[in-house]
Order: sequence, then C-alpha cells, then structure tokens
Amino acid sequence: MVEQPEPRRYGRGLFLVTVAGGLSSLVWGKSVWGHVSRVVSPVAGDIAPILPTQGWRIYTVSDHMPTFDPATWRLRVSGLVEKPATLTYAHLRSLPRVEQVSTFHCVTGWTVPNVHWTGVRIRDVFDLVRPYPEAGALQFVSAEDPYVDYLTMQQALLHDVMLAYEMNGKPLPREHGAPLRLIIPEMYGYKNVKWLAGINLVAHPQDGYWEQLGYDRDAWVGRSNGYSSS
Amino acid sequence: MRYVSRFSRTERTLHWVNAVCFLYLLATGLILYLPILSVAVQRRPLIKDMHFWGGIAWVSLLAIVALGGDRRGLLRTARELERLDRSRFNAGQKLNAILTAAFTILFAVSGVLLWLGERDTRYRFASTVILHDGLMFAALALFVGHLYLAILHPTTRHSLRGMTVGDVREDWARLHYPEWVQARDRG
Repeated sequence: MVEQPEPRRYGRGLFLVTVAGGLSSLVWGKSVWGHVSRVVSPVAGDIAPILPTQGWRIYTVSDHMPTFDPATWRLRVSGLVEKPATLTYAHLRSLPRVEQVSTFHCVTGWTVPNVHWTGVRIRDVFDLVRPYPEAGALQFVSAEDPYVDYLTMQQALLHDVMLAYEMNGKPLPREHGAPLRLIIPEMYGYKNVKWLAGINLVAHPQDGYWEQLGYDRDAWVGRSNGYSSS
Repeated sequence: MRYVSRFSRTERTLHWVNAVCFLYLLATGLILYLPILSVAVQRRPLIKDMHFWGGIAWVSLLAIVALGGDRRGLLRTARELERLDRSRFNAGQKLNAILTAAFTILFAVSGVLLWLGERDTRYRFASTVILHDGLMFAALALFVGHLYLAILHPTTRHSLRGMTVGDVREDWARLHYPEWVQARDRG
C-alpha cells in the first residue's frame, strides 16, 4: 500500500507572512504610502469623494465643534500688550493679506502636502496691540473649550506662521477651525490651534492641552514626540 | 430533502461574534476616519472610547468563545484551513479565513499602539495609523466579497444556511464540496 503524502500546509505560512508584513509596515508604511497615495488618491477622490484622499482627518477634543457667526465672532488679543484689541471678522480680513503653500503634519503620522493658506501674519496683529517687552509667549485660546496652546514669541514670528482664514482658496471650513486657525508648518498639527477665539500675550509659555497629556511643548516636525526624523 | 451538518455551534458563534463586532468597529471607525462623518456625528471623544473598548471586547469575545467552546473542533477546522486541498472549504474561503485571522491580530496591535501612542511617545510610530487605515480597506474588500457570495450570488448563497442554522442541503453540498461529502460518507 502506497502511503499518501501529507498535503502541504500553506495556511500557517500565509498567516505569518501577513502578520509579519503588517507589523514591519510600522517601519516602512509611511514612506511607501507617500508614493502610493500620489497615484491612488486622485483616482479614489473621483470615485468616492467622501474618502479623505487629501489626507485630512478631523480631530476634536470636545463633543461639539464651535460654530462661526460673522456677526458675533470676535478675536480678543490681550495680556501683556499696550492696547488690547477685539477684532471683528471684517477687521481681521482688512489686515494685510498673505498667502502660502505649506505641508501639514499630524503627530499621529498623516501628512497633507501643498495646503494653500491665506491669512494674516502675527506681526501685523502686533502692530495693533503693541506687545510689552516682557511678553515672551502667546497663548492661543480655542473656542473649543478647553483647548489652548502656546508658542514662544520667537516661534510665533517665524516667517511662515500665520493666522489663516482661508484654506485652498475658500473660507476656512468649520471642521478645520472656522473662521480662524493658527498655522505653524514646522510643528505638528496640535500646535495649529483651530477655532481661534483669543490670543493672550504672557511672559512664558506653558503646557497646552496635549502637552498636559504628555506631548512635547516644542512640537518640531520630525524632532519631537518620540520621532527622530520626519 | 436531506440536510448535512456543516458548521458547529462554536464555529457559528465565533463567526457571528466576529461579524457583529467587525460591523460595530467599522461603523465607529468610519466616523473617526471620514471627515464627512466626523463632522456629522461629532462627539469624537465618545466615539473614540466606543471604538477602542469595542475592539477590546471583540478580541476578548473571540477568545472566550474559542476557549469556552469546542476547542478540538476548532483545531480540526484550523488544520483544514492549513491545506490547499479542497475539503469542507474551497480556496477562497480558506484565504478569507486566514487573512481575517491575520487582520484581527494586526487590527488589535495597531489599535492598541494608537491608543498607547496618544499617552506615551515610546509607542508612537508614524506608520501605525496608515497600517490601521490600510487594514480597514483590505478587510472591507474581503467583507464585501464575502457578503456578495453569502447573500447575493445564486449558486453560493445557500451557504448562509450553514452559518445560521448549521446545516445545508445534501445535494447542494455534493455539488459544491464533493470531496467533503465523500469524506463524510466514508465516515
């Protein structure tokens, strides 16, 4: 009697290769996805426009997103300044308008390249309120209570930091912080405070919302929060 | 009409626990992932908690059913899935089961890493969210194919009866799984 050979077992191999491939993608996933998404995203965006093909995810810390009413919205700039000011939306938009294209990095790993922002430089707001010399930092207060974050004066005056009221040629959408958000491309998204309601000039920076939960205060892209390179 | 037993109570329970939990996690995960749903639903902190603890419940329930049910039967099923030969399962069903098991591990690991990474930078990897999102697309593709064959495709949809009441028509089984029925006949 001829003994039947035991059929070869492939299932365990496929299972282990899939798990190992998935786990190893923690190392190579982002760089590969960067190349793949350039090809896939435009097609996927046409087929299923609801997919976040541009890369955006919408993160909030409270139950409801603030709503924007141009008639009642105000930006209060106060603290260590000679002339505290309360800006209306129209006043804000009358300030010198600047535009820039920059990349937005989230600390969780996703990135949105080439975002077109329009807004005002913080220096132009300073011309209105005239900070005292002892003002060393800015507290950015979101209408999304209790979200706040801080930048040092030096960080706030970097060349591409802005208060943005337009994104990709349109008024800032609600989910991106309408009507006004901070943009600092050199730092991860959690420093880019959405739904800005106030700016307080203070002597020293403190921990913002996420810093109180363990994130780095200086959130440089690729050089903070456990990342050694972008 | 004669029927033959196809899936045990443990196998069916495992399948439906997995199916219900997958749909729950897909729903809560899509609210977190798709901007249009994030805006419509809001309440992100609550949805995040529902998603994370739902994932913990998913893995725990699978473990409870596997350990508390017919373990020997499940091991026999696992050995069947290992081989390429046609038996109680065809190649597509084996591929689906093996990938689903591997995806479960990867979903759980990447989900826990996302949760830990929000609390401790030692667990933060730039690609974790890409792995978790990519798994969702791959699992969704498997799920859609599986659903089509189990519910819509005329010649295969009878298989759903096997996964609900446990048995299928003998003539249908002989047509689709002749090797399995012959092996049964031989005892």
